[in-house]
Amino acid sequence: MCLAIPGRIIECRGDEALVDFHGNRLEISKIMTPDAAPGDWVLVHAGFSICTIDKHDALETWSYLQQASASETDEPVSDLAGRSVTKLGGTP
Amino acid sequence: MNPVKAPLDTVDRIMLAHGGGGELTGQLIQQHLLSQLNNERLAPLTDGAVLPWRAGELVFTTDSYVVTPLEFPGGDIGRIAVAGTVNDLSVMGATPVALSLGLIIEEGLPVDVLDRIVASIAATAREANVEIVTGDTKVIERRNGDGLFVNTAGVGCLPPMVHLGLEQVEPSDVVLVNGCIADHGLTIMSVRHGIEFESDLRSDAAPLNGLIEQLLTGGVRVKFIRDATRGGLAGVLADISEHRQLSIEINEGRIPVSPTARHAAEMLGLDPLTVANEGKIVCVVAQDHATSALEAMRRHPLGREAAVIGRVTDTQPPLVELNTRAGGRRIVQRPYGEELPRIC
Amino acid sequence: MTPGSRELRDQLTRLCNKISRQVQIMEVCGTHTTSAYRNGLHAMLPENLRLVSGPGCPVCVTPQRHIDAAIELAAENDVMIATYGDMMRVPGQLGSLEKLRARGARVHVVSSARGALQIARDEPAASVAFLGIGFETTAPATAATVLEAERDGIENFSVLMCHKLVVPAMLALLEAGDVPLDGFLCPGHVSVITGAEAYRPIVKQHAKPCVVAGFEPQQILLGLVHLLQCVQSGRARLENVYRAVVGDTGNRAALDLMQRVFVPADTAWRAIGVIPQSGLELAPGYHRFDAVRRFSLTLGEDEDHPACLCGQVIQGKAEPAECPLFDHGCTPLSPIGPCMVSSEGTCAAWYKYNRSAKALRDLPQSQEVSG
Repeated sequence: MCLAIPGRIIECRGDEALVDFHGNRLEISKIMTPDAAPGDWVLVHAGFSICTIDKHDALETWSYLQQASASETDEPVSDLAGRSVTKLGGTP
Repeated sequence: MNPVKAPLDTVDRIMLAHGGGGELTGQLIQQHLLSQLNNERLAPLTDGAVLPWRAGELVFTTDSYVVTPLEFPGGDIGRIAVAGTVNDLSVMGATPVALSLGLIIEEGLPVDVLDRIVASIAATAREANVEIVTGDTKVIERRNGDGLFVNTAGVGCLPPMVHLGLEQVEPSDVVLVNGCIADHGLTIMSVRHGIEFESDLRSDAAPLNGLIEQLLTGGVRVKFIRDATRGGLAGVLADISEHRQLSIEINEGRIPVSPTARHAAEMLGLDPLTVANEGKIVCVVAQDHATSALEAMRRHPLGREAAVIGRVTDTQPPLVELNTRAGGRRIVQRPYGEELPRIC
Repeated sequence: MTPGSRELRDQLTRLCNKISRQVQIMEVCGTHTTSAYRNGLHAMLPENLRLVSGPGCPVCVTPQRHIDAAIELAAENDVMIATYGDMMRVPGQLGSLEKLRARGARVHVVSSARGALQIARDEPAASVAFLGIGFETTAPATAATVLEAERDGIENFSVLMCHKLVVPAMLALLEAGDVPLDGFLCPGHVSVITGAEAYRPIVKQHAKPCVVAGFEPQQILLGLVHLLQCVQSGRARLENVYRAVVGDTGNRAALDLMQRVFVPADTAWRAIGVIPQSGLELAPGYHRFDAVRRFSLTLGEDEDHPACLCGQVIQGKAEPAECPLFDHGCTPLSPIGPCMVSSEGTCAAWYKYNRSAKALRDLPQSQEVSG
């Protein structure tokens, strides 16, 4: 019951912080993570950061953070069109 | 000076009188509509536009547009009103010929907003190489003072050799989309009062007749095309599956979603498959033509990120099934209606 | 699938083969329910592993009387209701907030409690009541917003308190003893606030393994692997696979906010009944922000549809398909019980992703998925 997502703090102003989620930016309150600073990764829920996250932990836990482009695979169409095997390759 | 005769320039908001059919209506049409939309057929302001007709069957469609806010990153109500109707004609295989434009303006709408939207209508029509040949304008009583409702109807010409239709879809056909999904609906969410957030997202609203023409004239055996507007990709796949009583198997990893859209969807708790688009089509093509379909689309600016996302099968009962990135499987269904952002 | 998911699935299969009997794991978080369904995990699980949904969907467990109170506030007192989107379609006895808005009441969807407070700032002449739903993840946000309202003197803001606590519900479920459970997949983000040690009483008093996991599919699978390892070894352990964000003792600042503004209370859970000390109310110093007190509301009694099995479903005692109303009158378009409304309600998830569960099982298996 807790949709919370990882993002990076871009700037802080007192208790307020601007967090970036790959091109989406949310103004949040960081009163629950008082030591969080610009550049830190935080977990955001309902307009508040609820904890800081080590960058590598973040990338490992949320695989979509590593998605750099729109399609995850560029394999030949014939792979799909001919058989029921589905290749779900993606960058790890 | 009689206020009714005051130059429109001194009025900064639309008034009920602008819809009265008198002097002010005339000024509205001349100065704010014709000035942008002018063409030979529209200029005389006849009761109806006379269009020459050469050959082929006539395709006729209509749509109304009520989006709020009226303007959003990447587009506005005017752009989607033109693109939407052009696209409805194009997915039928028809070449768009002409559009009508009906405006219902709320008293109090700032004139400069109207001007921007009409400019956008004109620009989108030029982009689609289609003309607005007839129209109508009404003004209704003020509610919030920011309302504009648009209806466009369109006629197009269906070339004799084009045969598209759901009844042609059969097992082993391949399903494609022309690019990244969910951008439009997520952009609207990002500017919606109460949940708004800054975003790089932009609506994908665009007329697709150029792209579709390239696809249809490239020798590709296209069976069926539909634009994935309200209801998103999931809605179109459900339509196909239900109508044909066939299954569709799609692969999550192949569905193009931009990283920004993906993050926005995660933020709001929405499934990109159910989010509206205004510049995306789902195409079903014969299996052997999948590669050429993909290549034809990718040659066009609006199809650079086209992808094959799945295929039609004869598995019963008919379901739309998604192979997830995680390696699991689940059923895809139409969204309920208004997809609301979640906190939980 | 990603290599990690495949390995984890194989591990699960091996463990389940060794255990050989039916294993029942409860996940106590609607977000786990939704993620499992959205990622199609149920189709990957071994036959003898059953993942059951618990009462961790705040939408499902918010009693009718609170929805009716919100409707009454809007209709009788002309109060603006601000709510998270999740609650819009949940049916009370008087209808839903969505229907209320269609009838002309001012109901706003917000994505944060502060958003609700902002509405109050923007409309000083109006009264704004915020529906405070959610568990320990969300409660601190409400607490912080009440403090902000107090600090800034925003008097036209109030909260309809519906926050609940996870561990008391888990304990109550175990004490009732009706459902055979082999362990719990514990909610990752609640645990960010409470710390993993919050589940120690469950391990100690009931000898049930508890594993804290996040919501990404690999997290869920990893959590299940750890749970099954406990089941296989017969040892009830408390484990945490979500160490990126969950520690042992939780977020002190968030817990302080809750302790300052709220007090635990005996609270009614929809279709279950009152669970002692399982909910939160405003502390005496903040009573003036309590919507029930401010508007002298009388909370009614719930009257759930007699055939509705939501209560059984959220306690893991019944599957959606066993409810006589499931798909027979109760559908996502016309929900009767809350489990069908919430996108993470078990019934909605079943309906959306799994309605033809038999159909899915009978589908020809995709061949080996490489990747």
